[in-house]
Amino acid sequence: MSVDIIKYPDKRLKQVSAPVDTFDFKLQGFVTELEKTMRAGPGGVGIAAPQVGCFQRIVIVDVSDMRKLPANSSNNGCMVLINPEIIEWDGMTMGREGCMSVPDFTGNVIRAEKIAFTASDVQGSQHEFNSEGYEARAVQHEVDHLDGMLFLDRLVSRRTDLFKRKIYKQI
Amino acid sequence: MDKRWYMLTLVGKDRPGIVAHVTHALYEGSCHLGETSMMRLGTSFTMMMMVQYAGTANALQKVLQGEAESLGLHLHIDSIEGGLHHHHQPDVCISIYGADRPGIVAHATVALTEAGLDILDLTSDVGGTEAAPIYIIHIEGRANEGMVALQSALDIIKKEGVETQLTPVDTLVG
Repeated sequence: MSVDIIKYPDKRLKQVSAPVDTFDFKLQGFVTELEKTMRAGPGGVGIAAPQVGCFQRIVIVDVSDMRKLPANSSNNGCMVLINPEIIEWDGMTMGREGCMSVPDFTGNVIRAEKIAFTASDVQGSQHEFNSEGYEARAVQHEVDHLDGMLFLDRLVSRRTDLFKRKIYKQI
Repeated sequence: MDKRWYMLTLVGKDRPGIVAHVTHALYEGSCHLGETSMMRLGTSFTMMMMVQYAGTANALQKVLQGEAESLGLHLHIDSIEGGLHHHHQPDVCISIYGADRPGIVAHATVALTEAGLDILDLTSDVGGTEAAPIYIIHIEGRANEGMVALQSALDIIKKEGVETQLTPVDTLVG
């Protein structure tokens, strides 16, 4: 059974989530429900715990079911990321984003093209990942949720496609 | 009276404060804004606004007539269906640019439409210098007959001396 998605303008989406410090069966059960909710959404390749009203630093990203994954994208399979932390950014790219928490609107967002990040799994073991392209964008989109950021906070003009910004500024 | 949707078009010489004055007058007149496009084109400022209003087009005209006249704006009102929350998402974006000359937009859009493109958004600009202007088109749309058909159309357009770029829009939903 999937869980209801919180939708903006619900103010809870703008709050910063707390780190997970207990890795137990309850956490595993929650992650299972979160994954079901992600897969129940239309075209969802990622989900963050705050989207279902749990304000802990948990996200899931899985681009492997995409019908046409862009050729420049990495594919790490289904990643359950607890307390994720992006540690390296490289390059930048503009892409179109939408969000299950912001229905009926998509917009252009600039993201790092390649990232390296660390995260714990549901047992609490830490891992390091590298992502690029579409998958890297999905990770950045979901990690933003943990900091109360929506893609709406990073929108860029539709008229800037030919003249991309030269600096990717972290907010 | 039920609220109805209207499309307001205002055009006039650009000057600071147009948006603020017009939208304030609409707000004071109990109008509700829907989707809008407001931009400077050349030295003119153009506004197209979906406006919801519980009255006739004539009554809406009176709400804005004074402000429009004082700002030197031409005002036009059409009754429309409304229809918010029905966005069509683009799956392709196309950039075309080259030395400006008559027919660039017409030739490109006719060829692309015949290749199955449904245009959702098109903006174009004239850059460069007065002596050597360049024309730049940016299109977002839906490729109803696939990318290969659009690329074939662009290959033909390219022979007219413009540069083209076709990029799939892979919308990420997270």
